[in-house]
Amino acid sequence: MNWIIIFHAGIATGTVLLFATIGEILTERAGILNLGVEGMMLMGAMAGFSVSLSTGNPWLGLMAALAAGGLLSLAHGLVTIHFQADQVVSGLSLTFLGTGLALVLGDSLSGKQVTTIAPIDLPILSDIPFVGDVFFADHSPLVYVGYLLVPLVWYFLNRTRPGMHLRAIGEKPQAADVMGINVYRLRYFYVFVGGCLAGLAGGIISLSVSPGWYSAQTTSGQGWIAVGLVIFAQWNPLRAAVGSYLFGSLRRFLLDLQGPATLLGFTNPLYVNANLGFFLQMLPYLLIILALVIGSRQAKRKRLGAPAALGLPFIRGTKG
Amino acid sequence: MAKRLQIEPRIDDYPGWYPLLITIGAVLTAVILSGIIFALIGGAPLKALSFFYKATFGSWATFSDTLVKATPLILVGLACTVAFRMKLWNIGAEGQFYIGAWFASLAPIVLLPEGTPKIVVIGLMLVLGLFGGALYGFIPGYLKARFQVNEIITTLMLNYVAIQWNNYWIFDRWSDGGFQMTKTFARTAWLPRLADYAREIKAFSGITLHLGVVFGLVAAVIIWWLLNRSQWGYEIKLTGDNPEAARYAGINISRNIILVMMLSGALAGLAGMVEISGVVHRLQEQISPGYGFTGIIVAWLAKLRPGMVIIASILFGALIIAGREIQPAGLSQMLQGFILFAIISSDVLLRYKISFTEPQEAAV
Repeated sequence: MNWIIIFHAGIATGTVLLFATIGEILTERAGILNLGVEGMMLMGAMAGFSVSLSTGNPWLGLMAALAAGGLLSLAHGLVTIHFQADQVVSGLSLTFLGTGLALVLGDSLSGKQVTTIAPIDLPILSDIPFVGDVFFADHSPLVYVGYLLVPLVWYFLNRTRPGMHLRAIGEKPQAADVMGINVYRLRYFYVFVGGCLAGLAGGIISLSVSPGWYSAQTTSGQGWIAVGLVIFAQWNPLRAAVGSYLFGSLRRFLLDLQGPATLLGFTNPLYVNANLGFFLQMLPYLLIILALVIGSRQAKRKRLGAPAALGLPFIRGTKG
Repeated sequence: MAKRLQIEPRIDDYPGWYPLLITIGAVLTAVILSGIIFALIGGAPLKALSFFYKATFGSWATFSDTLVKATPLILVGLACTVAFRMKLWNIGAEGQFYIGAWFASLAPIVLLPEGTPKIVVIGLMLVLGLFGGALYGFIPGYLKARFQVNEIITTLMLNYVAIQWNNYWIFDRWSDGGFQMTKTFARTAWLPRLADYAREIKAFSGITLHLGVVFGLVAAVIIWWLLNRSQWGYEIKLTGDNPEAARYAGINISRNIILVMMLSGALAGLAGMVEISGVVHRLQEQISPGYGFTGIIVAWLAKLRPGMVIIASILFGALIIAGREIQPAGLSQMLQGFILFAIISSDVLLRYKISFTEPQEAAV
């Protein structure tokens, strides 16, 4: 088992989760819960692949992925912000709609080959032993964008005025409204931003991390994992990065566990009976649940938690 | 002078037929939107529509197929209805369905010797299906009640776990000669079908409708009574609408969270039992074409009313039947998404009055 390969792969697949998770963090910090991440990701993956196929330019594809996710998210915005529909149900419908739309529109894409985004090495940094190999060599450029995104979003949320407005509309929209902040418009904006990042995450899958269009298998539930990671991350982009990369690495580790005939000098039961691998495949999902149990206990102790107005519609002129 | 669109909160009551009209309008809108997209990718929506009718309601045999698909949907739709009434978001009906089916399979495969009378086998499968689903609903319920863990995520993650669990048994321990399925259950584990009586009544020949549909209807009556006539149902509804008031009223919310999740899981588990005992006759991969998720839409389309769940289930059962044969594969899923969106959007028409009025001069 090669730890460099495991963590390297973890960073790559974790980047997908990272973009989607950060997007959902921004949306939820604005007080809107969008459970449609999976649908938006799949739309992004389909749109990105499709545009790259017809133009030959994967970067245009990424733009299309971003736009597709963003546009789809506006449907959620309209229904939850203006129609004050239940955010949970609307988010679920967005997943159905996004998945269905992507499957219908992407029906002709299966088995096609597109120009993908080639991995690159970062100069100097990639020469550092181990760390360089894991973090800075042979990665999609989007991985490096991810490294930049995390501190930027953290800084934006915690140290800038627009970031403060964002937190205000998610914690106390009535107070923000009195301050002269346009709650409706900002909520639309952050729903849109979250959708764009989810779409982009989908595009990163189909154009860079594991290129190709495999209908619903393209995202295979990663959007839902991102929703879980948001809670694990306690709405903090730094914790989101740790969670995403660890989760990505873990998946790869479990996959590699089935390879060797002996582990630590013992016969590897997974090698003898491959069907035991089904239990391994349960582990990531069980770990998300475990992380939530630990996370919610911590949240209770430290009084950290969800944005206070998360999931509640804002109606101008009412007391919250 | 141009008229002005005016939206204001509704204070007056609307007539009783108004919600139904809006729901039908919403479904039609969704169908039209899907049709447009289908036409855009080069399909023929009208032809698909006539095919849809023929394949689902065209004859007694096809209508029976539709009802067979509607049967698990009724049970799963009821499962979601119970949970959603309390604003408990059980997205895990799919997993509870699989675990229910797995537990029910224990009876013919492991527990009972061959030659056990049918009524015993079916009875035990029924109990095991309910039990398995309830057990699998207990986990997220307990985590929510005890640790405030978000049930949306846990139920969803448990779906994946359940499918892997099912896979292990059908690939490994219960595999029938290396195939990814158990061997076919003995006849005593099959729910009676109308076709079984074809010798006595000619018209029943080829009719696949099975006893499970009766389970669904009985469950609907019980759930209706429970939700609308019992004190417990009132507690559930009050907790869903106003948890603060429920707490002051001394309702034990933690206990109800667990009980509701278990009841919800039991219904979904029963759906799994009904499907393998009435249709598949063995445990295998993909025993559900997403019943657990479609049940969410069914419950919402029915506005969380058990009686309406039956009607919505028949509609969606038809959609599953037709969706199997219409390409591309995502079409019925897209239609489901549009329908759910249209339904929740149309609710705004119930809460707000939209009218066109002559613009009035602003008082200066």
